[in-house]
Amino acid sequence: MKETVHLGLLDLATASALILLDAGISFALRLGVHRQVLVSAARMVVQLLIVGLVLRVVFAGASPAATLAVVLFMIGAAANEVALRPKQRLARLGNHRISALVVSAAGVATVILALLTAIRPDPWYAPRYAIPLMGIVLGSVLNAASIALDGVLDGAVRERARIEARLALGATFHQAIGPVLREAVRRGLIPIVNQMSAAGIITLPGIMTGQLLAGMDPMEAVKYQILLMFLLAGASGVAAVGAALLGARAISDGRQRLRVDRLRPAAAKRKPAGTRA
Amino acid sequence: MFKPAHEAASRPARLSARRFRSSHAGPFDFEVEAGACVVIQGPSGAGKSVLLRMLADLDPHEGEALLDGAPAISMPPAVWRARVVYQPAEPAWWEATPAAHFDDAQLEDARAHLAQLGLRPDILDDDLQHLSTGERQRLALLRSLSRKPQVLLLDEPTAALDPDGVARVETLLRAHLADGLTILMVSHAPEQARRMASQTWRIDAGKLAGRLAP
Repeated sequence: MKETVHLGLLDLATASALILLDAGISFALRLGVHRQVLVSAARMVVQLLIVGLVLRVVFAGASPAATLAVVLFMIGAAANEVALRPKQRLARLGNHRISALVVSAAGVATVILALLTAIRPDPWYAPRYAIPLMGIVLGSVLNAASIALDGVLDGAVRERARIEARLALGATFHQAIGPVLREAVRRGLIPIVNQMSAAGIITLPGIMTGQLLAGMDPMEAVKYQILLMFLLAGASGVAAVGAALLGARAISDGRQRLRVDRLRPAAAKRKPAGTRA
Repeated sequence: MFKPAHEAASRPARLSARRFRSSHAGPFDFEVEAGACVVIQGPSGAGKSVLLRMLADLDPHEGEALLDGAPAISMPPAVWRARVVYQPAEPAWWEATPAAHFDDAQLEDARAHLAQLGLRPDILDDDLQHLSTGERQRLALLRSLSRKPQVLLLDEPTAALDPDGVARVETLLRAHLADGLTILMVSHAPEQARRMASQTWRIDAGKLAGRLAP
């Protein structure tokens, strides 16, 4: 690897002038977003500094327990996001149960596969590899699972009359929900397919950009990126299918009925603490 | 496993219900013979559609429904629903044309009855979006009958039809009744009950408020 670019505080301070430029534009044009721009920029800096500090400690310690803790925290955050995004919510935290299962299974399986076969760090759970890999895989899993879960739950509500018409004429639940299920999985796979088609031409993927800026040979960076795309595609597929199937199972029962009564539309805004639906 | 509630020696009724209830309606206890036509009347929201949906096992319920003495839970739900077919007031279609909702044998069956219901011979291949509500309602009846059910649960099957259409549908239904089909039909038209019913039920506030055999 060639010399890495080292950023000094002065470099960051210079770049931060661009944030002030944004705020200035907002102020001059009376867009009213200067406060948001400044707050979100400050938030971003603090968040990243915390992540950097935590990762530095974890990397230095290279302890399995600390690595596991960070990974579990990431999985929890991604699963929570998957559960909250769909327009419909299952009763008794059903969204959370499905997302926890799908996100952890797809994320862990893909990352372990990559660590044990392609990347092979020593030890295999080395946090420097495991944690960033999990982060990027979870990003794709989050998209695929939340879109597929939303597709199946919202699709069942929208297509209720058609699904029940098929059931009423003697179709199995699997046959009746089939079109909704397939559409949900298909939509869940669109982001990764788009990402693969656009890679390198329309966008330089973030990891690759980072490696190039850090001085890595372009062909090495490209190989990493290809491996990563394969991992993301696999994880997206598992996540989309898993979320759609578990979602479909959750809105049926032992007599193969369509149980939309188990769904509630997600509230547009969170209710004040202390109130329950 | 159990004895029918009525005399053990007699043949079980075609359709029976025992302590049949949900949080919205019931309890219902009744027996309906093969070839009978029950016309169900009552105010909107009284639980008529709820009863039909429960009988088709589309809504959760307590108690049991039996077909020829065999409880619904003794057979796979798809088998029960193919034998006890429910047709809602606004039947839904999931393909582009009527024909796509039938398999080959069912399609022949449906085609044979088009003229009887006053439908064009080429209507099965039309785009469903271009058909009138009345045409779709008659096609839905052909679709329900094509599954060869033993019990047909009809929710206002002639609501969208003119008097000629109503008469044609009733003639077709009478032919199936004569062949042993059992029909439970929600209807708001008293004349229809007089023409079709072997018994009339009145459902009010989720309960079977009255039975009338003409």
